[in-house]
Amino acid sequence: MGRQIYEAVIDGLLVGAVYGLMAVGLTLIFGVLDIINIAQGILVIVGAYLSYVLSVHLHIDLFLGLFITVPAMFLIGIAIYWVFIRPLRGAERTSMSLLATYAVALIIEGVLYWVFTPGYVQLNAWYVTSSVRLFGYYLPYIYLFAGALAVVLVLAIYAVLYRTRFGRSVRATVQDQTAARLVGINVNRVAALTFGIGVAVTAVGGMVYGATNGGFNPNSGYDLISRLLAIVILGGLGSIAGALVASVFMITVESVVDIWSPNWAIVVFYAALVIVLIVRPSGLLGRPLAREQ
Amino acid sequence: MAVQDGTGLIGGRLGLRPAAAWRGGGILVLLAAAAVFPLVFTNPLVTTIGVDTMIFVGAASAWNIFSGYSGYISLAHAVFFGCGAYTAAIASNDWQLNGNVVFATLPLAGVIAAGVAVPFGLVTLRVRRHTFLVVTIAIFFIFQLMAYNFSFTGGTSGLSAPFLNWLPQSYNNPFYYLALAIAVATFALSWLIRRSRFGLQLRAIRDDEGRTRSLGVPAMRVKLSALVISAFVIGMLGALWFYFIAQVLPESGFDPAFDLSIALMAFLGGLGTVAGPVLGALIIEPAQQYLTQQFPNAFLSQIALGAVFLAVIALMPRGLIPTVAERITSWRAKRSNRVPADADVAGPGKAVPAAEPGPAADASARENSR
Amino acid sequence: MTALLRVEHVSKSFGGVHALDGCTVEVDEGTITGLIGPNGSGKTTLFNVITGYERVDSGDVFMGGTKITNAPAQRAFSLGIGRTFQLTRIFPRLTVMENMLLAAHHRSRGQGQAGSRTRNPLARAGGTADRRHAMELLEFTGIAGYATALAGTLSYGQRKLLELSYVLAAEPVIVLLDEPAGGVNPSLVNHISGRIREMNRQGTTFLVVEHNMEFVMGLCDAVTVLDYGTVVATGPPEIIRNDPRVLDAYLGMAEEDDDASRE
Repeated sequence: MGRQIYEAVIDGLLVGAVYGLMAVGLTLIFGVLDIINIAQGILVIVGAYLSYVLSVHLHIDLFLGLFITVPAMFLIGIAIYWVFIRPLRGAERTSMSLLATYAVALIIEGVLYWVFTPGYVQLNAWYVTSSVRLFGYYLPYIYLFAGALAVVLVLAIYAVLYRTRFGRSVRATVQDQTAARLVGINVNRVAALTFGIGVAVTAVGGMVYGATNGGFNPNSGYDLISRLLAIVILGGLGSIAGALVASVFMITVESVVDIWSPNWAIVVFYAALVIVLIVRPSGLLGRPLAREQ
Repeated sequence: MAVQDGTGLIGGRLGLRPAAAWRGGGILVLLAAAAVFPLVFTNPLVTTIGVDTMIFVGAASAWNIFSGYSGYISLAHAVFFGCGAYTAAIASNDWQLNGNVVFATLPLAGVIAAGVAVPFGLVTLRVRRHTFLVVTIAIFFIFQLMAYNFSFTGGTSGLSAPFLNWLPQSYNNPFYYLALAIAVATFALSWLIRRSRFGLQLRAIRDDEGRTRSLGVPAMRVKLSALVISAFVIGMLGALWFYFIAQVLPESGFDPAFDLSIALMAFLGGLGTVAGPVLGALIIEPAQQYLTQQFPNAFLSQIALGAVFLAVIALMPRGLIPTVAERITSWRAKRSNRVPADADVAGPGKAVPAAEPGPAADASARENSR
Repeated sequence: MTALLRVEHVSKSFGGVHALDGCTVEVDEGTITGLIGPNGSGKTTLFNVITGYERVDSGDVFMGGTKITNAPAQRAFSLGIGRTFQLTRIFPRLTVMENMLLAAHHRSRGQGQAGSRTRNPLARAGGTADRRHAMELLEFTGIAGYATALAGTLSYGQRKLLELSYVLAAEPVIVLLDEPAGGVNPSLVNHISGRIREMNRQGTTFLVVEHNMEFVMGLCDAVTVLDYGTVVATGPPEIIRNDPRVLDAYLGMAEEDDDASRE
């Protein structure tokens, strides 16, 4: 039993890192654009299908394929922002953007059903099925590689945010869009690029999800977006550190509970969300809501 | 300009009378048409569309009572719909109900849905409006999940309705009239609320919630009341729908497309207006149903729903009724060559010293929408 | 004279910034008290603390003898405290009349007229008595002609008048005004000043934060000066304008103002 828990924790940490990467993308988009990209879940599935096509039809290795899928998702992200988000105007802009991404998600799901049919598919490679012996149990290589990649990419995002001029523009825009504009930051460009980055990370998440989830189809987008939403709200909208902490924590807890009851594992997930909302509505690491002005 | 202020004020009274007469007359005509609809169009395929449309008219109006007036956009009302449907399913199966008496479970379904709305609201209405929308999505999935996992909800196979032995030709009619009754009642309620003190508080919350608190408005209570009212109606509609379809499944009772549909209908017609959701539903639901009947491939209708939604919020963000009303007002003003009332002219009474244009209203509006 | 509103040794910090530092302010009933001080001296924070938008770190706030420290905004309102904001807050999608009716619904002095306080929440917003009262106030401030206009279409100055109007509609005992003359042309400033004086004559107490020295000195019975979150001087305007501590707080700016107003 102890070993099972131990396994579950390691799995949880590694998978949590991957979810963390996707959650960071989501929360970054919120921080800069003040909108929640509801389409993030289905975009992960798009990433998964892209990896699938590359792997099955072009025989490109899953990780190598990321060199194609990541830029592709990046461009898709920019396109979504430019076409559907940027034109929105008016006082209700933020609510509209939310609904717009919801609508985009529905459209993408419909297209995926159309193109790929509702059948379940699965990504495969040698490292998905074979495992490495680690402290007395077998850990599939994919978890190890994916976890490592996720950590590397998160560090890369931090590096960009805190060490580059672009990153500084992003942080400035997060703090105050108007002020950023006044000091000459091209907020539209920052927004577009950030959206692109936020979506690009779903390529990685999609590949991992497709390989480790035991099959996926267009409907899987709901499972993903509901988790990602719970994670970013829990961690505090806009907080990258919060997204990471919440992600690793939630996925690990779910992984452990899964030992006893697979059906209820996911409920624990949401229960945690509800409890946090009752106690601290702004999330674990979110900016505490000042007493409403 | 003050186009739709349901309070009919001083100065506007004279101008409004003919318009109010038009509106009242129009409503009566519509009601009459709706009442004879299934008698004229007896084809069950057509009346099925009628039933679905009436259900959505009621649902969109009910959703608007909460989300439209308060500005808290909820994408979880499918939770109340599903709860209503499952309540009816469990009740009719457990108590072995049959025939017309099944409709007695409708109020029960409404009450259960309203009961769910209370803790739902207490937890979710404490966050900012934009977080709220996201939280509602998360909670929606919790409920869908519970429907899949609990045994009393029948798990993945769901639950079915008892066999209702009515004549096949007029089978749809009781459903239609019941749905129509609920829709009309909800419309009337929506109108009453909008002109009431309660409605004023709700609409003020939409503009500046913090400020309403400092004026003594019990914001949480007001929001929660609106939520409970809308949940009650939607719960009843869920139950009605269950008997109509004769079955409920986790993905049909808790269907994300339902949420987006009623939101779209309200947005299309005019969020926060009384007639907007009705108009939106009357336009969209028949279209959707027709498309589904012609093209059974559900994916296309899903794509179409998303696309239409995007088109509406991009082109007509305030919805049909406010946009059309605005056009009519400016057309009327141009025709009579009157100076539009929002020019900076002192009104009758005390002369106001010329006030200068100040920082745009957007500044405070933007602050408040965060 | 009795102190209607009393702030005692209140301290409030934001991170390392001491917005209020052992601040004690008293507003006597029936007066128009001015609250002045350089930027960052804690004036708006003081308002926030009184009206329940911020919690204090230490100290107390008393309204008419009742302790209201850290009480929520509704409590302050129910005890008769009204407040306007620097960045005018109105309800743009409601009409001017609706703005007024909203404020009048919970009239804080609780006269409990049957007409306006019906139990039925679905009753029409604002009975005849409420509307008449609202129109009177709108005529008093001068924007009655805009009663049916959406508040969002009003100009900046008109919004200021609207905010003042609806705060008064709630029949407060004391009104806290945050820069009522800010960003407004001189004739409107005089108009506002006159309205305040008239309301004061009818019994309403005022606490006014302002940077416009002429406005403050001409209108107020007593002036309190804040600097770095604490009171440096308090007294009648003539004394205050010559107090060296005040001049010091403003780093000579008051001297310039003084010269200008003597011309």
